[in-house]
Amino acid sequence: MLRFIAWRLVQNVIVFFLFLTVVFFLFQAMPGDYTKQFIMNPKIPPEAREQLKERLGLAGTIWDQYAHYIRNVFTGNLGVSFEHYPREVWSIIAERLPRTAVLFFVATMVAFSWGFPLGRYIAWKRGSVGDYGATVMGVLFYTIFTPLLAIILLFVFANQLGWFRSGGFLNPRFWIRAGVSPQTVFMFLIATVVGLLLWWGASHLAARRLGHPRSRKLMVRSLTAVGLGAAVWAWYGSGLGPYGGDIVWHMVLPLLELTLISFGGTMLLMRDSMLEVVREDYITTARAKGLPDKVVRDKHAARTALLPVITSFVLSIGFVLSGGIITETMFSWKGIGLTYLNATLQQDFPLAMGCLTFTGILALTAHLVADILYALLDPRISY
Amino acid sequence: MTTKTNTYRFEPLWRVRLRLFWRSLKKNWGLFWESRIGPIGLGIILAFVLLMAAHPILMSTVWDPKVYDPIMGFDQKLVGQHPAPPSWAHPLGTDPIGRDILSQLMWSARSEFALGVTAAVITVTIGTLIGSICAYFGGLVDIVFMRLADLMMLFPFFALLIVMQSIIPMDLIKLALIMGGLGGFGGITIVLKSQALTVKVKPYIEAAKVAGGSSFHIIRNHIIPNILPISFLYLMFNVTGAIFSEAALSFFGLLDIRMSWGIMLNTAQDAGYLGAFGYYWWLWAPPGAAITLLCFAFYLVGRGLDEIVNPRLRKR
Repeated sequence: MLRFIAWRLVQNVIVFFLFLTVVFFLFQAMPGDYTKQFIMNPKIPPEAREQLKERLGLAGTIWDQYAHYIRNVFTGNLGVSFEHYPREVWSIIAERLPRTAVLFFVATMVAFSWGFPLGRYIAWKRGSVGDYGATVMGVLFYTIFTPLLAIILLFVFANQLGWFRSGGFLNPRFWIRAGVSPQTVFMFLIATVVGLLLWWGASHLAARRLGHPRSRKLMVRSLTAVGLGAAVWAWYGSGLGPYGGDIVWHMVLPLLELTLISFGGTMLLMRDSMLEVVREDYITTARAKGLPDKVVRDKHAARTALLPVITSFVLSIGFVLSGGIITETMFSWKGIGLTYLNATLQQDFPLAMGCLTFTGILALTAHLVADILYALLDPRISY
Repeated sequence: MTTKTNTYRFEPLWRVRLRLFWRSLKKNWGLFWESRIGPIGLGIILAFVLLMAAHPILMSTVWDPKVYDPIMGFDQKLVGQHPAPPSWAHPLGTDPIGRDILSQLMWSARSEFALGVTAAVITVTIGTLIGSICAYFGGLVDIVFMRLADLMMLFPFFALLIVMQSIIPMDLIKLALIMGGLGGFGGITIVLKSQALTVKVKPYIEAAKVAGGSSFHIIRNHIIPNILPISFLYLMFNVTGAIFSEAALSFFGLLDIRMSWGIMLNTAQDAGYLGAFGYYWWLWAPPGAAITLLCFAFYLVGRGLDEIVNPRLRKR
């Protein structure tokens, strides 16, 4: 197992190196000279230009620049953005990536918690009207033209009903006297969500000690309520509540869009995977033993069927950038996708390359994790 | 004493083949029909084909090209009222610069089909060839192409296309070629290779080798025909992907295309009509629905085919 992981790591480093090479030469091939891009940029003061040139290694030949770029990436120096001049690419990515990550993570979680049981159910009822209906709906959500879904959501919820804001990250008028930076508040939000999740998991662990299922449920529920109460109290007491609420309020629509799309995919995948597992011999055995239908479905079939779903979830982490571009643009949510699109269109090379590099790292890690998870979770695979 | 010659004649080979082909077609069609969702998709695709075919006929009979041309047309009678809401003359209204929406919609169907099918055919052809070659030969070839596929999978596809369009200004044909080529070296080779590996260990491959079949012969006559059903399945899913990518790129105004469903949405957005959602619904609803429906249809057909190819998905 360790040898397998080590071998995969070596391979991944090589592939990552190739990836960086391709990214570098792609941006070299773009029209508009990289080296002269920032010379005419009024945002960059003249005295800083020489310094920037040296820092990005733009002085030498293309091979020097290439070597410089690779060295910069491995030393964690991604350069300075042309468009947002004095800001480091690192700080921009560090600001924008959490926004996309939260959106993506919460959407996937919600989609999973609905898509998994539903997919399991319709696979069990294969051939029923509900199966066909749910499949068609799932395919529709999965293949819907993302901007169209965004337009529909905006039209219904922001324009007609007026429940949610039509875009952006926050309401500037409201924040003008806030005294805290939105980024801090957002980090608190993330901390709250993560903390609550951990608390929820811990309460499950704690409840395991109790014997009766009903008392377990009661314990989990009461502990969850305590956690939620503490979170609400902390937000209310610190006076940051309204600001956090404003960000969440802006987040609802993009979240809904991503959730719907991801829900369709998860459900369909779970259904297909379940249908394959149901044909296995051990399911027949479980049935022949006279186990209740529900136990066979949930304990025997669904567990194995979950594998491809988890793998696809882990792999999709690598595609946060791709998936985020359209949604973030439609809802003007300043995440990594929108940042990348703008940087490419405005030829802000360091920022665009930084985004791609970062996505590459994420995707590689995701591939590695997926491989290891598969080896760990599937008893049929051994290394 | 004379021996009686045997007058019984064998049926010619092509007839046998035709009959077998016909029989399997009938059986597969039955399975496809039973999947229920496949035929729905096929119906939608056929409806779009009809729309596409009706456009030139309408242009030459009922519609005046000066008014109804999808790119150059302009309705003089409605000057000052564009974008005009649906009326008898323009069943789906006109766009901000006075062109008929229905005409644009029907005209664009042709390019969407051409783009989707071209890109998908290229992807699947490359994928099938590389997949079967990797599975058959293994070794260095296998390693190189599999790592290449890994590399391609690292790139977020849509983000890569955004960079590509700024390097090469893309029209429809270039986009189809680039999407097809890039896709062909990606994840599809891994899927098809694993399929080809299951074929490679079959006894008839061994038999063909013993009988002196060359590698080329075995790949062409034994491996590829056996993974072709899977390739065909992926063809359908790839059409969905290609149409979606084109629509999204043209919606952002990144392509050098004169008219497509994505461009129609882009026109509406650029003129600022997407902000006033409900009032100008005919600007975004028809093209948006058309893109969604066509992607949806190809995906459904793909899923219908999946039930033929993969017996485990069938109804018990």
